[in-house]
Amino acid sequence: MPSEIMKVIQNQEVNFSDTNMMADETGSQYLSFVVGEEEFSVSILKVQEIRAWEKPTFLPNSPHYIKGVLNLRGTIVPVMDLRMRFKFKQNHYGATTVIIIFKNSKKEKESLMGCVVDGVSDVFNLEESFIRDIPEYGSDIDSRFTSGIMTVNNNAVTLLNLENLLDLNLINHPYSGGQVVNG
Amino acid sequence: MEIDLSQFHQVFYEESFEGLDTMEQELLNLEEDSDRENINTIFRAAHSIKGGSATFGFKEVADFTHVMETLLDEMREGLRPVTKEVVDLLLKSVDCLRGMLFRMRDGEDVGDEHVELINYFNELLANEIEDASQQENVFEQSVQESLKDNCEDKVWKIEFKPKSYILETGNEPLRMFRELKGFGHLEVDAHLDNVPCFDELKAESCHIWWSLTLDSEIDEAAVKEVFEWVEDDCELNIDQVPRSNDKNVDKDQLEQPQMEEISEDIKQISSETSGQKADQEEKKQTPLVELKNKKEKSEVGTNTASTASIRVGIEKVDTLIDLVGELVITQSMLSELGENFDMSKLTQLVSGLSELEQNTRELQESVMRIRMLPIGFVFNRLPRMVRDLSSQLGKKVQLDIKGESTELDKTVMEQIGDPLTHLVRNALDHGIESAEERISADKPEEGTLTLNAFHQGGNIVIEVSDDGKGIDPDVIYKKAIEKGLINDSFDTPPEQVLSLIMEPGFSTAEVVSDVSGRGVGMDVVKRNINNLGGSVEIESELGKGTTFTIRLPLTLAILDGQLIKVANETYVLPLVSIIESVPLNMAEISRIAGDMKVYKLHDDYIPIIDLKSEFEIQQDLSSSSEGLLAIVEGENRKIALRIDELLGQQQVVIKSLETHYKSLQGVSGATILGDGRVSLILDVVGLAKRASEGANRRNNKVA
Repeated sequence: MPSEIMKVIQNQEVNFSDTNMMADETGSQYLSFVVGEEEFSVSILKVQEIRAWEKPTFLPNSPHYIKGVLNLRGTIVPVMDLRMRFKFKQNHYGATTVIIIFKNSKKEKESLMGCVVDGVSDVFNLEESFIRDIPEYGSDIDSRFTSGIMTVNNNAVTLLNLENLLDLNLINHPYSGGQVVNG
Repeated sequence: MEIDLSQFHQVFYEESFEGLDTMEQELLNLEEDSDRENINTIFRAAHSIKGGSATFGFKEVADFTHVMETLLDEMREGLRPVTKEVVDLLLKSVDCLRGMLFRMRDGEDVGDEHVELINYFNELLANEIEDASQQENVFEQSVQESLKDNCEDKVWKIEFKPKSYILETGNEPLRMFRELKGFGHLEVDAHLDNVPCFDELKAESCHIWWSLTLDSEIDEAAVKEVFEWVEDDCELNIDQVPRSNDKNVDKDQLEQPQMEEISEDIKQISSETSGQKADQEEKKQTPLVELKNKKEKSEVGTNTASTASIRVGIEKVDTLIDLVGELVITQSMLSELGENFDMSKLTQLVSGLSELEQNTRELQESVMRIRMLPIGFVFNRLPRMVRDLSSQLGKKVQLDIKGESTELDKTVMEQIGDPLTHLVRNALDHGIESAEERISADKPEEGTLTLNAFHQGGNIVIEVSDDGKGIDPDVIYKKAIEKGLINDSFDTPPEQVLSLIMEPGFSTAEVVSDVSGRGVGMDVVKRNINNLGGSVEIESELGKGTTFTIRLPLTLAILDGQLIKVANETYVLPLVSIIESVPLNMAEISRIAGDMKVYKLHDDYIPIIDLKSEFEIQQDLSSSSEGLLAIVEGENRKIALRIDELLGQQQVVIKSLETHYKSLQGVSGATILGDGRVSLILDVVGLAKRASEGANRRNNKVA
C-alpha cells in the first residue's frame, strides 16, 4: 500500500516538473554519468546532490564496494563505489571522480546513499516510451540493478534501478543489522 | 476579534492528556484515603477538560466530562461516598476520554464508547437521587425555589468588574453566571454606568460590570473557581453577607427580565465578536478581512507544526538566554580582536577563545537540560498498572515510588517506559507471592514494590525492587543448562547466573500466564536498555526479594570520548568504559588454548582483540610493533583492545549510523570530529560479544 502511494506521489512530481520546469520539452529528466567505460542514468528526482570525491571513513568488515561513511552536513551517509558494485576492473580516484548522493524513499523513510562514479556527463529529457528492456544475457552487473536501456546521442545508456541498487537488504555487511547490542 | 481556535487544538490535547494523567493518579490515591483535596484536583482536571472541549466545540467530550463532573461534585460535597465501584467507573471514563481525544486528534470519529458510560453515569446519579438524603433534593430544587429555604442565613455577594478586553480573551461572563446559577439561586445586576456613547462603543469591548448575589451553601473556593480563568482580567470582590429577605424578594422580581436582558446584550456582543456579522459596520470591514487573511496564514502554520513538544520551566529558558547573551559578548570581543590583530594580542586571543569554549560548553549543557524531564512522567503510569494487575492476580501489593523528580533526557525516558513496565509486571507476577504464601513465609500480607530513581555520577539509576520470593540461582543454572545457554563444565559466578534470565529464550515461569512468562521479555528489556547505552543488574536473595538496577546515561546525545588510533582510522571509545591502558611491550600477554591471546590484569585473564584484524582494516604501511592495550569494560565483561595510539579526550555528539545505513555490531554510532571527518564510536559490549562469538566459531571449525 505505501509503495503504491509513493508511486502516485512520484508521478505527480514528474508531472509537476513537466508542466513547470520544462514546458517546451516532453518526458522526464534524467542524469547520466560514467562508470568504468559505460554510461548510466537515473531519474534526476532521485539525485539530492553531487559532491567531489573525498575519502570516506572506513566501516568495519564492510564489503569491498562499501567505501565507508561521510559527513553530509551533520548526517552520516554511507558511500558505495558503483564500479566495485558492478564488478568493473578499473578503480581510480581522479579529478572527475564524484560522489552522487541519491535519495531513496522506502516505506515513508527516506534514506541517502552516496555512489562513487567516474564522472557526471549530462542531464537530458526522455519520454518513458523510449526506454527499452535490457536484452537478457549474462552480464557482470546484477540484473536487479538495471531497469532499461535508453539511447542518448546515439549512445546506449543503462537506466539503473535505484530501489534495488540502494536496497540495504541487498548489501551483505557482516555483523550488521538484526540483534545488535549497542552501548 | 476573530480567533482561529484550531491553532490551540494541539495545546488543548496536550493539556487534556496531562489532565487525564493527573486524574488517573489522584483517582488511584483516592482508594487509600479519601482526602478532599484529591477530589478537588480531579474535579479541577475534569473541569478544565470540559471547559476546553466546550470552547473548541467538542461536544461529545464536553457532555461526557459534564456527567463525570456531576458525579465528582457529589463526591466533593460529601454526598457520595468514595467506593471502589465509583473509582473504577471514573478510571474507565479516564481511559474512554483518552481514547476519544486520541481519535479526535487523529481526525477520526470519536466513536460511541462513551455513550454506554454516560448512561451508566446517569443511572448511578439517578439512583442516588431516589434514595439520597434530603440534602440532595434541596440542592436540586434550590435553583427554582431558593427563597423557601431558610436553613441558610448568608448569601454570596460578588462584584465582578471585568476589564474591557475580557471578551477578547475568550471568556464569556454569561457562561460564568450560568455556572454560578448551577450552585444555587443567582441574582444578577448589570451596571451600565461605564458604557460610553454609541460612537465610541466598540463591539469587542465589554463595558458592563455586574454585581451578583448567590444564594448557595458552597464555599468561597468554589465561587472563586468559577472566576479562575479571568482572575487577572477583572476586579473581583467576593463577600459573604447576611441574607436580607426584603431585598431578595425585591430583586427576585427583577431577576428574570434582567437576566434575559443581559443575555441579549451578551449575545449581541458575542455574535459581533465572532466576526460573522462583518457587514454590520462599514468601518470594520477592512480589519476583518485582514484578520481572515491572518487566519488562513495561521492555518498553514498549524499544519506544519510538529506534534511533539515539551514543557520547559521558565528558569531553564532564562539561563539559556543569559548564556546566549554571554556568548554574544564573547563573540563581539573576539571579532573586535580579529579586526586589527597583531602578535601582542595573542594572550587576549587565547583567553577569549577559552572563554568561548566555556560559554559553548555551558550553553550545550543548559540546552541539554531543556530536554530533561522528571522521571515521574514514566513512574506515574505504573500505579494504575499495579492496581489492575494485582487485583487480576489476586495479590496485595503496595507500590512505593521514590525520586520521581529525578530528571533524565526525554528520549531516554520515552524508551525506558516499556522495559520498566515489563520489570514491574515481572515483579508482580513472579516476584511477589500470593497473600497466603506470604503469611506462611512470615512476611506481611501485603507485598511491597519499590521504584526508586536517583543520579549517580553521569548516570541515572532506576531501581525496581520487590520483597517477594527472590530468584533461585540453582533453578536458573539448571534451566540454563537445560536450554543450552551455558555449558555445564564452566563454573559460572552467581551474578552471571542471575543475568542469564535476560538471555533470549529463557523463562522460568512454570506456567505461561497472561502476564508474563513467555520467555520473551527480559531479553527485550535488556536489549532496550543496552540500546540506550545503559545496563541492568540483578540482585536477589532467596525468600527476601529481588532488585533490578538499571543504569542509564543522562543523555543519549553526548558522550565523553577517548579518541584512539588504529592503523589510519580514528575511533572513539566511551571514556566510562576504559579501565586502563598499557604499552604492549610491557603487557603480560599469555597464549592460552592454542591461539587465544589473553592479558593478565590482576587476577583476571582478559581476551585481547586486535581491532585491526577484527575490523579487517587494510593498512597501507606495514604495522609497527609499538602499540597499546586499552582495557575496557562493559556489562561486567572486560576485554583488551589492541590499538596503535591514544589521542585526545573530547565530548562527542552521537549520530546514528542507522539513519541511512545499518547498525553494526561493535559500533554504537558515529560522530563528527573537529575536522569534519566521521569517526565511529566503539561499542565495548558488542565487541566483547563478537569476541566470544568468534571464539565459538573457531571452536566449531576445529570440531
